[in-house]
Amino acid sequence: MNILVCIKQTFDTEAKITLDNGLVKEDGVQFVLNPYDEYAVEEAISLKEKHDGTVTVITVGPARSEEAIRTALAMGADEAIHVEDEAAFGDEFTASEVLAKVIQGLTYDLILAGNQAVDDGSGQVAARLAELLGIPHVATVVKVEVEGDAVVVHRDAEGDTEVISAKMPVLLTAQQGLNEPRYPSLLGIRKASKKPIEKKTLADLGLNPTDVASQVMVVETYLPAAKSSGRILEGETAARVQELLQELRQTSKVL
Amino acid sequence: MSRNVLVVADLRGSQFRNVTYEALGAATKMAEGGQVAALVIGFGVTDNAKMLGGYGAEQVYVADGEAYENYVPDHYLAALKAGVEEFQPQVVLLAHSAIGRDLGPMLAAHQKAGQASDVVNIEVVDGDVIYTRPIYAGKAFTKVKITSALAIATVRPNNLAAPENNGAEASVIALNVNLGTARTSVRELVKKAATGVDLTEAKIIVSGGRGVKSADGFKPLADLAGVLGAAVGASRGACDAGYADYSLQIGQTGKVVTPDLYIACGISGAIQHLAGMSNSKVIVAINKDPEAPIFKVADYGIVADLFDVVPALTSATQKFLAE
Repeated sequence: MNILVCIKQTFDTEAKITLDNGLVKEDGVQFVLNPYDEYAVEEAISLKEKHDGTVTVITVGPARSEEAIRTALAMGADEAIHVEDEAAFGDEFTASEVLAKVIQGLTYDLILAGNQAVDDGSGQVAARLAELLGIPHVATVVKVEVEGDAVVVHRDAEGDTEVISAKMPVLLTAQQGLNEPRYPSLLGIRKASKKPIEKKTLADLGLNPTDVASQVMVVETYLPAAKSSGRILEGETAARVQELLQELRQTSKVL
Repeated sequence: MSRNVLVVADLRGSQFRNVTYEALGAATKMAEGGQVAALVIGFGVTDNAKMLGGYGAEQVYVADGEAYENYVPDHYLAALKAGVEEFQPQVVLLAHSAIGRDLGPMLAAHQKAGQASDVVNIEVVDGDVIYTRPIYAGKAFTKVKITSALAIATVRPNNLAAPENNGAEASVIALNVNLGTARTSVRELVKKAATGVDLTEAKIIVSGGRGVKSADGFKPLADLAGVLGAAVGASRGACDAGYADYSLQIGQTGKVVTPDLYIACGISGAIQHLAGMSNSKVIVAINKDPEAPIFKVADYGIVADLFDVVPALTSATQKFLAE
């Protein structure tokens, strides 16, 4: 079973966001493998352990993304493809068109990806990619089983669960709860440094920058206004609870 | 510049969710003389369709049939493509819900269109539609412009203003959809949303963290939620500890929510949780630890054991709402 996993390197979720000249500042930020992609990588590796095959991780991103690739390789992925080209870093349209071009030359049974990245939080790329490749997809899966040439998955749909089957090749996006990602072992980390990472540019993929130029333009980036700190209610429980209800109705008008 | 705007209705059963009206309000604002239409996809949804006229839809395209009883991406996409073909919009608005989040990018891929996801504000500036959306789960925001011929946006529930229903009725047009064979099939649907109030659209959320201590510890929170007509949420800590289902998780990993009232019980307030809820209108924090970071974003704080405060709040609320 050949499994491709699309990954992205993102800010750590505990990172504070600051701006410099209207742009999000990267200095001093710790980067991680996008948590949702980590579920995808874990699922790919455990499926490989059950059904054999190879796991290839693919990313589009700057040089620093290599650290996220190494994490995935240390967890147990076999090889990686890294599109490192300024012209390939755009919006979700750009990312999906580039990924589709990378994947069109590969053979695969399953594509896994996080259901969204914790930075842009759009959740667009995987669904776009499946359509560009002409394969079905199921989003936000929390359980995956392989049955012959098909997968049966459980999907989180706003709190309810849908059980869905689809023939491979199929693309699945990971939701939290899918699994418990493993920590890379020391041996895994050592092995990862020897695993191959194939670097690609747009030209290698036969794409022109204009083919994949962003269609969403950022006009402004800003931080939300800081909240002024609120009131701590004092006194007996009953009195505090009464005061809270009064405030919620009269001052805040939410009750 | 006038533009035609198609709003894809978001349904729970055969009822429209509020976000449908909110999107129609935004559509009317950005149409600037163009037409506003709605698209309703579902089973047994035709009777309700015309009432969308009251919220600004001049016509409503309907794809009604058993094929749409469950969400099957291929069938829904076929209906959406038929609607787009028929109405020729410049903008398609969907809800940022389980279905809209899935369907928007599929259409975008086929149309080579730009999409703004999880939009919390829409304005027209110098003739351009500007979409505001959170990044890093709301730790920052961007305003974006879409340059493709067709623009797609998914809008977050509870953020755009819904117009008053003026009682107008829209003309209803049944769509002719070439369905084909779906490549995925729904084997089973397990309903488990606890209170029946959806987290992302809830006006009030009662949420628990590690301080809730066990799955049973969520019981008093569910009781309070029941009295308030609220949804129950949880922090990552509570989910990781197995006290609550991951589908209830609120935070940068998990759901981002913006209710009118957010009641955080036994939640310390890690940055990743704050990202998911700090844009709520009013925040109440109940926590034993006066140093808990959650108090920094709370409008009202009660430093006490949640197992004393929450039951007291439940019975007081019951009386208060009955008055």
